[in-house]
Amino acid sequence: MRQTDRHFKFDWITILLFFILAGFGWLNILSASHTGEIIDYFSFTEFYGKQLIFIILSVILIILILSIDTKFYERFSSIIYFASLLSLVGLFIFGKNINGATSWYDLGGMTLQPSEFAKAATALAVAKYVSDLQTDIKLFKHQIRIFAIIVIPAFLILLQKDAGSTLVYGAFFFVLYREGLPKIYLIIGSLLTVLAISALKFGVIITMCITVLLVFGYFFSLKKKPSFFQPVLTLTIALLIAFGVRYTYSTLLPVHQKDRITIWLSLEKDAEKLEKMKKEAAYNLLESEKAISSGGLKGKGFMEGTRTKGKFVPEQHTDYIFTTVGEEWGFIGSFSVVLIFVLLILRILHLAELQKSQFSRIYGYSVGAILFIHFLINIGMVMGLIPTIGIPLPLFSYGGSGLWGFTILVFIFIKLDSNRINEW
Amino acid sequence: MRQFLLFLSVILVGVLFTARLFYLQIYNSNSDSIFDDNAIRKVYDYPKRGFVYDRNGTLLVANQPSYDVMVIPREVEPLDTLEFCRLLKIDKARFISQFEKAKHYSWRIASPFVSHLSKEDYAVLQEKMRKYKGFHIQKRSLRQYETTIGANVLGDIGEVNNRDINNDPYYNLGDLIGKQGVEKSYEAILRGRKGIKFFQKDRFNRNIGPYNDGANDTLPEPGKDIKITIDSELQAYGEWLMQNKRGGIIAIEPSTGEILAMIAAPSYNPNDLVGRKRSKNFNKLLRDTIAKPLFNRSLQGVYNPGSPFKLMNALVALQEDVIKTNDRIVCQNGYKFGNRFMGCHCGGGSRDMVLGIQKSCNAYFANLYRKILDKNNNASNGIDVWSNHVKSFGLGNYLNNDLVVGQKGRIPDRDYYRNAYPKEFYSTYTLSNAIGQGEVATTPIQLANMTAAIANRGYYYTPHIIKAIDGETLPENFTKPNYTTIAKKHFDPVIEGMFQVYKNGTASGLQVKDLEICGKTGTVENFAIIDSVRTQLTDHSIFVAFAPKDNPKIALAVFVENGYFGSRFAGRVASLMIEKYINKTISRKDLEEWLLTHSLENEYAKPQSGKPFKINRETEYQIIPLEENIAFPDKTNIKLTP
Repeated sequence: MRQTDRHFKFDWITILLFFILAGFGWLNILSASHTGEIIDYFSFTEFYGKQLIFIILSVILIILILSIDTKFYERFSSIIYFASLLSLVGLFIFGKNINGATSWYDLGGMTLQPSEFAKAATALAVAKYVSDLQTDIKLFKHQIRIFAIIVIPAFLILLQKDAGSTLVYGAFFFVLYREGLPKIYLIIGSLLTVLAISALKFGVIITMCITVLLVFGYFFSLKKKPSFFQPVLTLTIALLIAFGVRYTYSTLLPVHQKDRITIWLSLEKDAEKLEKMKKEAAYNLLESEKAISSGGLKGKGFMEGTRTKGKFVPEQHTDYIFTTVGEEWGFIGSFSVVLIFVLLILRILHLAELQKSQFSRIYGYSVGAILFIHFLINIGMVMGLIPTIGIPLPLFSYGGSGLWGFTILVFIFIKLDSNRINEW
Repeated sequence: MRQFLLFLSVILVGVLFTARLFYLQIYNSNSDSIFDDNAIRKVYDYPKRGFVYDRNGTLLVANQPSYDVMVIPREVEPLDTLEFCRLLKIDKARFISQFEKAKHYSWRIASPFVSHLSKEDYAVLQEKMRKYKGFHIQKRSLRQYETTIGANVLGDIGEVNNRDINNDPYYNLGDLIGKQGVEKSYEAILRGRKGIKFFQKDRFNRNIGPYNDGANDTLPEPGKDIKITIDSELQAYGEWLMQNKRGGIIAIEPSTGEILAMIAAPSYNPNDLVGRKRSKNFNKLLRDTIAKPLFNRSLQGVYNPGSPFKLMNALVALQEDVIKTNDRIVCQNGYKFGNRFMGCHCGGGSRDMVLGIQKSCNAYFANLYRKILDKNNNASNGIDVWSNHVKSFGLGNYLNNDLVVGQKGRIPDRDYYRNAYPKEFYSTYTLSNAIGQGEVATTPIQLANMTAAIANRGYYYTPHIIKAIDGETLPENFTKPNYTTIAKKHFDPVIEGMFQVYKNGTASGLQVKDLEICGKTGTVENFAIIDSVRTQLTDHSIFVAFAPKDNPKIALAVFVENGYFGSRFAGRVASLMIEKYINKTISRKDLEEWLLTHSLENEYAKPQSGKPFKINRETEYQIIPLEENIAFPDKTNIKLTP
C-alpha cells in the first residue's frame, strides 16, 4: 500500500517547454519538407507526416516512462547501459549505412539509431556509478572507471563515423566537474583547447613561442622553485600536441572535415581556392547563413520562406532546421527558440540541484549538459560560429530515434524529479 | 561554486547566439526582396508591340513571329545529328560548339541553340521536333516593316544596353527597346508593359511551382498602336527622287505642324535591321562614314540656309520699320562697304522688296540688314533685336518636338561675337548674315518650319511626327500655335516676293499649272578641309516653298548637298513634291526624268578622290540611264525594291 501513499509531482514547466519545442519544431519540419499543394498530416512518405507520428508515439513512450517505478531506473541502469553498448556493437554486423555513417538499424521501412538512446543509458550508468557510496571521484582509479563508462560508447559511435554524436559525450565533463572532479582537468582541458586552436590558426612556431613565455613566466613566479625538469616536460608535451594537431589537420583528417576547419578559422588565403571551397565544403554554411539572414526581424512568414521552399539549404529538415526558423520567423522567432532552449536547460539544471538523491542529481545534470552540447553545436554550426558538425537540434530536427532519445532522456529525469518529495 | 560553471555557460551561449542572430538578421540583414531573391525566378511575359500606321491608315510597321530553337542539355537524348543539322541549316561543327556553349551555361536551363528561324524552316522543323528530346522551339516577336521607306522616320528596335538598364529599371538584359526614330520617341507607348510571373525554384534552378500562388504576378499590357503624320506616298516619292543624291527634305502641313515627309538621303531598308541580320547590317551602316546613311540630314544636317534666309531679313526689316515695301535700293552688281565688296548675281538695277526677293538681290538685303542693325546707331543692340525676331521662327534652337535627334543650328547674337569683336561692333562685320551665309546655320526641318510660319502669316505649330495614339490626346505643345514676333501684315509683301520667284524669278521654270506656289531658291557656298586645306566644294542646292499661296497645304524645305543652283536640284524636287501632294499626279515627267538621270555621286566622290577637281559651273554631271533607277512603286505597295 506504500505505493498509493506516494505523492507524485511532475514538473509541468519542463513538460510545457518540451512540447513547445517539439511542436514548433514540427511546424518547421512541415515547412521545410512539404512539397506540392496538399498537406497529408499523417503521410508515411513525407518527413512531416512521419515526424507527427513520432511525436504522437513519443506521448505513449512518455506515459510508459512515467508509469515505471522510479527505483527501476537506478536499479537497472547497468543493464540498460550494457544493452545499449550491445546495440552499438551490433551495428558493425547489422548496421545500415546512411550518408556515410553506419549508425542505423533497418527495421523494414523505418530505421533506428541506437546512438540516440545510448546517451540516456550512459547518463544512467554515470549517475549510478558516481553516486555509489564506494566511489570517490577524487581517486584517479575511479576517475579512470568513470571515463571508461563514457568513452566506450563514444568510441563505438566514432567508429561508425558519427563524429558529431561522439562530441556529445563531452557533456559529461560538466557533470563530473560538478560532482567534484579536480579543477586541474578543467584547466588542462581549457589550455589544450586554446593550444590546439592557436596551433591551427597561428601555426606551431608562434604558438610555441607564446607557450614558452607563459610556462617559464608561471614557473619562475612560483615561490618554491620547481626543478627545471617540470617546465621542460610541459613544453615538450605542448609541442607534441601542437604538432599532433597540425598533422591531424593537414594529413589525417578527411578533406571535407579539413575544409570545414579551414573555413571556420579563415585559414585559406588563396582567393581562388576559397571560392572553390565556398561552392563545396562551405556551401551548406553559406546557404544556411544566407537563409537565416534573409529572415530579417520578422521573417518571411510560416511556409513563405523562399529559400526553404527552394530547398537551398541541404538537410534542412534535420541538422539545418534552425535555418527555417531563421528565414520564416526572423529574429523574433529565432531568439524565442534560443530563449526557450536556455530556459529548458536552466530549468532542468535547477531541478537537478534540488534533488535530494545524488543519482537523480547527476542524471539531471547529465540531461541538462547533453541538451546544452546539442544546442551549442547545432545552432553554433548553422550560424557559422562552430565548424560544421552533423548533430541534430534536440526536439526540432526530424528523426524518430532522436526525438525518442531525448524524450527518454528528459522524461526519466521528470520521473526521478517527481519522486523528490518522497526521498529523504 | 562548481554548480555555476554549466549554468553560466548556458547563459553565455544564449547571449552569444542572440548577438549572432542580431548580427545576421538585423545588423547585417539582406532581406530578400521578391526581385532579387535568387530563390524566385522572374519570368517576363512580353506584350505585343504597337503597330505604326501612316496618316492615311496604311500599316507601316507590324510584328512578325520569330522562332528560336532552345536546348536543355540534360534532357537531350542521342539523335540523328545529320538530319537535325540539315533541318536547322547548320553544320556539325556549329552543332557541337552550340551544344558545348549551352552545357557550359547550364545543364538544366534552356539556352538558345539556333535563333531567328525563318517561317519556312520553322514549318518544316515543327513536325519533326518531337523526335529531338531536349530541344524545343520558343516563339519571339520581331518587327515586320511593311515598307522599305522611311527607315529614318520609323527607326528600329534592338536589345537594351547597360546604359538603358541603368536609366530605367523597367528593362532587363535581353529586352528590346526602340533605338531610333519613332520606335525610340514612342517607346513607352509602343512597348506596353510587360507582365511578370514569379516562380519558386529549387537549388537546381528548376521551377517547382508558382510563388505565393501567383498573387504577385502581373498581366502584360499590350502596346498601343500609333498613327504618324507621314504621308507614305509622298515619303516614298521623295525618297525615290533623292536617289543618288545626298540631302534632306522636310514637308510640313502648315495648318497643323504635322510632318508629311521626312526624307534623309541616302537611306536604307528598315528590314535590314530586323532579327539575325541586325548587328551585321547596323555595323555596315555605321561604318559608312562617307555617305552616313544613319545620319538624318533632314534633322541633324546643319547648313548655312543661304538665300531663303533673306525672307527672314525682309520680315524683320518690315517689323522694325526700317524700310517700306516700295523703297527702292539700287544694286550695282554688288554691295560695297568700306574697301570690301559683296558680289551679286541679280543683274543690277533698282529693287523694291518684291523684286529684291524675286531676283534674290544680295545688295538689297545687305542694305536691309545694315538698316536693321543700325536702327538706333547701335549695332550691338541691333543684332540682339534681329536675333530675337529670327529665333521666334524656331531657328537657332531645338524645336522641342517628338523626334529623337535634332540640332540647334545657330542664330548669332551680340554675345556670340563677343570673342571675335570684344569692343567695337559694326553691322558690316557680320554682313554675310544678310544673305544667309556667315554665322547663321539651320537644319532643313527648321527651314521648313520657317516656311510654314511664313505660309501661316505669323505663327507655326511645333513640327511633330505623331498623329494619333489610341485613347490618348496629343500634348498641348503640338496643338497650340507659336506666334512669331512679326505682325501679320508684313507677310504679304514677302509672300508676294516668293510668289514672283515662281512667276518670273529664279524658279520660273518650275511652275505647276493652276497651282500658286511660293518659294525661294538658295545656293550655298560650302567648304571642306581636304588634306588640311580649306577647299571650296560645289554649292549646296536649297529650296523652300509652300503651296497654295492661300490656305497653304504644304510647306517644305529641300536640301541637296553640292547640287549647285537652288533651282537645279532642290527646286525641281520641291516642285514635284508639291505637285505630288496636292494634285496627286505628276504632269511634268521631264522634271522627274531629269532628276533621276542626274546623279551627284561623282560630285560626292571628288573630295575623296585625292585629285584636284573643278566645282560649280565647271562641273559635269554624271548621267545615268533611267532604267538603272528604281521604278516608282505602285500605289498599293509602297516598296522601293532595287
